[in-house]
Amino acid sequence: MAGAAIHGRLTWLVAEVVGLVEETPRARSLILNCPGWAGHRPGQHIDVRLTAADGYQAQRSYSIATPADGERVTITVERVENGEVSSYLIDEARVGDRFELRGPIGGYFVWEPGRGQPLFLVAGGSGIVPLMAMIRARLLTGSEEVRCVVSARSLEDVIYREELQRAAARRDGIAVTTTLTRSHPEGWPGPSRRVDREMLGELGWPPSERPLTFVCGPTGFVESVASALVGLGHEPERIRTERFGPTGG
Amino acid sequence: MSFVTRGFGGRRGVEAPPGRVPPGQYATSDFPVLSAGPTPRVELDEWRLTITDTRGAEVSWSWDELQALDSESPKVDIHCVTKWTKLDTSWQGVSLDTLLADVDLIGARYVLAHSYGGYSTNLPLPDLTGGKAWIAHSYEGRPLAPEHGGPARLLVPHLYFWKSAKWVNRLVLLESDRPGFWESYGYHNYGDPWREQRYTGD
Amino acid sequence: MDGERHLDGNSLGGRLWDLFGREMTDEAGCCGACGAVALLGQLVVYRDAPGEVARCSSCGAVSIVVVPTPDGLRVTFESIRWVDVGVGG
Repeated sequence: MAGAAIHGRLTWLVAEVVGLVEETPRARSLILNCPGWAGHRPGQHIDVRLTAADGYQAQRSYSIATPADGERVTITVERVENGEVSSYLIDEARVGDRFELRGPIGGYFVWEPGRGQPLFLVAGGSGIVPLMAMIRARLLTGSEEVRCVVSARSLEDVIYREELQRAAARRDGIAVTTTLTRSHPEGWPGPSRRVDREMLGELGWPPSERPLTFVCGPTGFVESVASALVGLGHEPERIRTERFGPTGG
Repeated sequence: MSFVTRGFGGRRGVEAPPGRVPPGQYATSDFPVLSAGPTPRVELDEWRLTITDTRGAEVSWSWDELQALDSESPKVDIHCVTKWTKLDTSWQGVSLDTLLADVDLIGARYVLAHSYGGYSTNLPLPDLTGGKAWIAHSYEGRPLAPEHGGPARLLVPHLYFWKSAKWVNRLVLLESDRPGFWESYGYHNYGDPWREQRYTGD
Repeated sequence: MDGERHLDGNSLGGRLWDLFGREMTDEAGCCGACGAVALLGQLVVYRDAPGEVARCSSCGAVSIVVVPTPDGLRVTFESIRWVDVGVGG
């Protein structure tokens, strides 16, 4: 385990915003410097706690988008309607601002390079965030074959679009397919429908390859993908899921 | 004391007339959905409301029978223990006074309300009578949506809103009190928002 | 759509850390109602409620309820027969 405390309290640390990346019209990455951060594994998340001047607090969980990198932690936040924390992080936070976080959290939805088994990643919307940490870790140190399906409403809603294209263009074992469910450019070469059993059968691994599968997205998306994968013959215990609620975040 | 974050204003409540928002609450124009389990889907032709008296005798209504009863249109403020208050919500439903008129109330002092899906909440019987409580089936002129408790929910607006059981299907009259779902997990047994009775011991 | 408000037990990872002082989402637990064994990360979690409610993914019985109070957390282990706490790591 990457240096994280195994036992004891999960303490709140104060992180500083050191960089901002506008990923899509609805999503933003915050690069944080977090003194005392002990490292993390791809797929883990943090709890963010915001405190207003009057003492009011709000707490949310966000997936980490990057592999361990010293005291740097990057999260990508998608706007949630009436979301008091997401609207602060997207509209208000500036470089130099500080807020509290704790982590890393999670041992179930976690992958590290070196396991050898092929990897199948299925993302709905901002569900790509923890899966991107896995892809980035694989690019740095791994050799596993990775197949990834990203579902987004439109091309401009695809978070990390260019980086995913670059990862696939290396042709060293990472394949990425994007499906656009609401609108797509003229001549769009990829699929333009919701992820279904046929798509998963076509783009994923056969169950005989015993892939490790990670599915992340809105609750309804994860439910339908996970049951389609089981229907295709994949072992339920090799399908790890992370749901983020009815609308996300 | 936690670290205060610049630029985080916290909850943005809407303006409310004085005296309408209980202590510790903020007014909102949203109607947040709260759920502690799966949302049950109940077909209207299968729906039933049953009231059980202290001797175990039952009176029950089908959906059509409920619709045939006198309906009222309360406009009330509702207060959720998660601290939001929503003013002037319009409902349509049948008063518990109307329903309880057909029930033997001998020995009954408390009510345990049960719902499709397994939820429950307890109330003193006097809090359901005297024009204070309804079985509500419409909200703002439309059939009550499943995520807000449809086909029908209990509406007891003078208590925190967890007492207004969504998907209600059975009221059991009791001689002695018995805690419901949230009451047994540490929320207040009575839940008066004006006395801020949130947790057991408040 | 129906039944799409819940999260996974992973989302309770920070809360389980509060209770157990360690990462628990990859530990196994046994449902006290139906006997099914699953990782705590696979619990079905409802968080948009007055408290956090974790249910068995097999039978839906309430496993753990956490009510945040001004003084801390009020925790009920409602229907969870056992949990593994790996201490070798």
